Amino acid sequence: MSRLQVVSGKGGTGKTTVAAALALALATEGKRTLLVEVEGRQGIAQLFETEALPYEERKIAVAPGGGEVYALAIDAELALLDYLQMFYRLGGAGRALRKLGAIDFATTIAPGVRDVLLTGKACEAVRRKDKRGRYAYDYVVMDAPPTGRITRFLNVNDEVAGLAKIGPIHNQAQAVMRVLKSAETSVHLVTLLEEMPVQETLDGIAELRAAGLPVGRILVNMVRPTLLDGPVPDGVKRTEIARELSRAGLGGARKGGLAEQLVEPLLAQAAEYAERIALEQEQRAELAEPGLPVHELEFLSEGIDLAGLYRLATTLRRQGVS
Amino acid sequence: MTLDVPPTLAVDPLLDDPKTRIIVCCGAGGVGKTTTAAALGLRAAERGRKVVVLTIDPARRLAQSMGIDSLDNTPRRVKEIEGDGELHAMMLDMKRTFDEIVEAHADAERARAILENPFYQSLSAGFAGTQEYMAMEKLGQLRARDEWDLIIVDTPPSRSALDFLDAPSRLGSFLDGKFIRVLMAPAKVGGRAGMKFLNVGMSMMTGTLGKLLGGPFLKDVQTFVAAMDTMFGGFRTRADATYRLLQAPGTAFLVVAAPERDALREAAYFVERLAADRMPLAGLVLNRVHGSGAARLSAERALAAAEALGAPDGPDPAGPDGPVENHETGGIVDQEGGKEEVRTPPEPHDSPETPATELTAGLLRLHAERMRLLSREQRTRDRFTALHPEVAVAEVAALPGDVHDLAGLRDIGDRLASGGRPV
Repeated sequence: MSRLQVVSGKGGTGKTTVAAALALALATEGKRTLLVEVEGRQGIAQLFETEALPYEERKIAVAPGGGEVYALAIDAELALLDYLQMFYRLGGAGRALRKLGAIDFATTIAPGVRDVLLTGKACEAVRRKDKRGRYAYDYVVMDAPPTGRITRFLNVNDEVAGLAKIGPIHNQAQAVMRVLKSAETSVHLVTLLEEMPVQETLDGIAELRAAGLPVGRILVNMVRPTLLDGPVPDGVKRTEIARELSRAGLGGARKGGLAEQLVEPLLAQAAEYAERIALEQEQRAELAEPGLPVHELEFLSEGIDLAGLYRLATTLRRQGVS
Repeated sequence: MTLDVPPTLAVDPLLDDPKTRIIVCCGAGGVGKTTTAAALGLRAAERGRKVVVLTIDPARRLAQSMGIDSLDNTPRRVKEIEGDGELHAMMLDMKRTFDEIVEAHADAERARAILENPFYQSLSAGFAGTQEYMAMEKLGQLRARDEWDLIIVDTPPSRSALDFLDAPSRLGSFLDGKFIRVLMAPAKVGGRAGMKFLNVGMSMMTGTLGKLLGGPFLKDVQTFVAAMDTMFGGFRTRADATYRLLQAPGTAFLVVAAPERDALREAAYFVERLAADRMPLAGLVLNRVHGSGAARLSAERALAAAEALGAPDGPDPAGPDGPVENHETGGIVDQEGGKEEVRTPPEPHDSPETPATELTAGLLRLHAERMRLLSREQRTRDRFTALHPEVAVAEVAALPGDVHDLAGLRDIGDRLASGGRPV
């Protein structure tokens, strides 16, 4: 199993939630995972109901069976200062550099440097070992940028390595790329059973594959339970439904009666439902095309809270994702 | 249940007002921003205006829904528009837009030097901020051409949704900021009195950056900067002009969201940020709102009624012909008919189950689910309304599928304009 698990997905599909559930799922039997965030949105903190994460690895959850989940919000600017200090002992110069706009330049405008710093930090966590030579984290799960930008984000090191032809950034970029393109890494895409996210997922898979990046799984989020078997059969008369509704205590079944008035709206909802189920089936078929493992996560009707995250983690574990 | 009802956003008056010249659609990713922009454009055009829709990254299907196979950096006229208006659509090509600026502002030789510079090539291919900057640049260009009376802009799916407000000034301040001057003319800076500190910082910095990025990279940057020298003032001025254009009367911001916690949280953030920047907010478009024609039947009553019908809970995996649920106590085996049959206990009813019973129970459970969804949506909306009661809202009823053609876009336009609660 790859030690760096990158989770991407179209905006609105819940990729942060899925990344967090995956980190929990992987933290079984005393294992330790690190969940990293790279977009400065503090989504992980919101999800785990904690205060904003600093640029520091912090334990945020304990998984059933004693595993631990740590979290880190990578900040490009701090990662750069870190980096300067580590390799050049130039940490103190940070302020002067910032005053000049050099830090801002390096982390927001200089092409790709920001992404190299972000992916670089994640790869560092993957490779880090403790004094006894054991990996500091069994798995690193990254809540990555959305599908539309993921290939460029992960592949940026290649571009930067081409741009900065010598020097530590070049070396760093190459080292990071070696990890990202190896079997150590696996990129998962989160989608919903809707046309646009599915199309974007398929496009994303093609792009990632073309760039030589290892695609892992398709994670279908917010799958709703089946409430009705197929479309409403033609044979059932409206009067019969009205009678049943009336029998259940919902008013009169005669024309104009309260129960009778419910029949049309309820059937309209059923027709919409059937249309959606049919659409979802088509999307499932499309998602089978790339030949990747597909996992479905249930829709949590009460919204995502900590308990919900643990439930999703259990679902992932049951499906053999960890 | 609702404490405050927010004012309804009147979409048609906004689209019809000749003083409305720019509409900016912003919001979190995945809420239907681009579709909203396209639907508004179509509606405005069919109400007689000459409209151009600038999309950033439309799904292929959306472009096709406007009868255009692939959108590019030039506005293309959309056919089969009803009425006298016109609809044009385009998709931002940031590299092309950047190239055009270079070509327009530098002589041929200098332009070539810039276009061939590796640093420029990476910068223009879309790294942090470029897309946002170019979207605003393109908006400025379209506005300057004065060919359209209404420009509708979709905003980039940014890391942070309001990057498009910040990126222009960031790129602008970089391009004619201190840092660039330091990069270009270290000697000059060092020579000035009172700049000792800067001098120290500078040599350390060019040294550090050189080490970090590699000498050739820094050289590329320096060459690029030298070649772009004449354009710097221009970048800043243009960024400022576009920013002012966004604040001007005639511009309207629409925040697009879906009735989900995260999307509305982001929408609230937008509303606050726009106010802080004195950008004119027209209202909130709330997509994918669910309704029910049987809203007077609550989820609880529907579930209780389903239970009273005695149908098994949830679809029977064995299908309608499968075994009937066995009641451990009170099950009466009826021998008289000659065949074995399990009957529901007399409480609450004792009629046999028919296909209609099972179907009706299913319909009721489905309805309960719908009502729960409705109340969830209402709760998230109430939270937003409590924070921003002044923001006008247009609700768009959820569609089962995606938009595939102009008719679909027109339908969304109708829903937008009716603005109220879906039925």
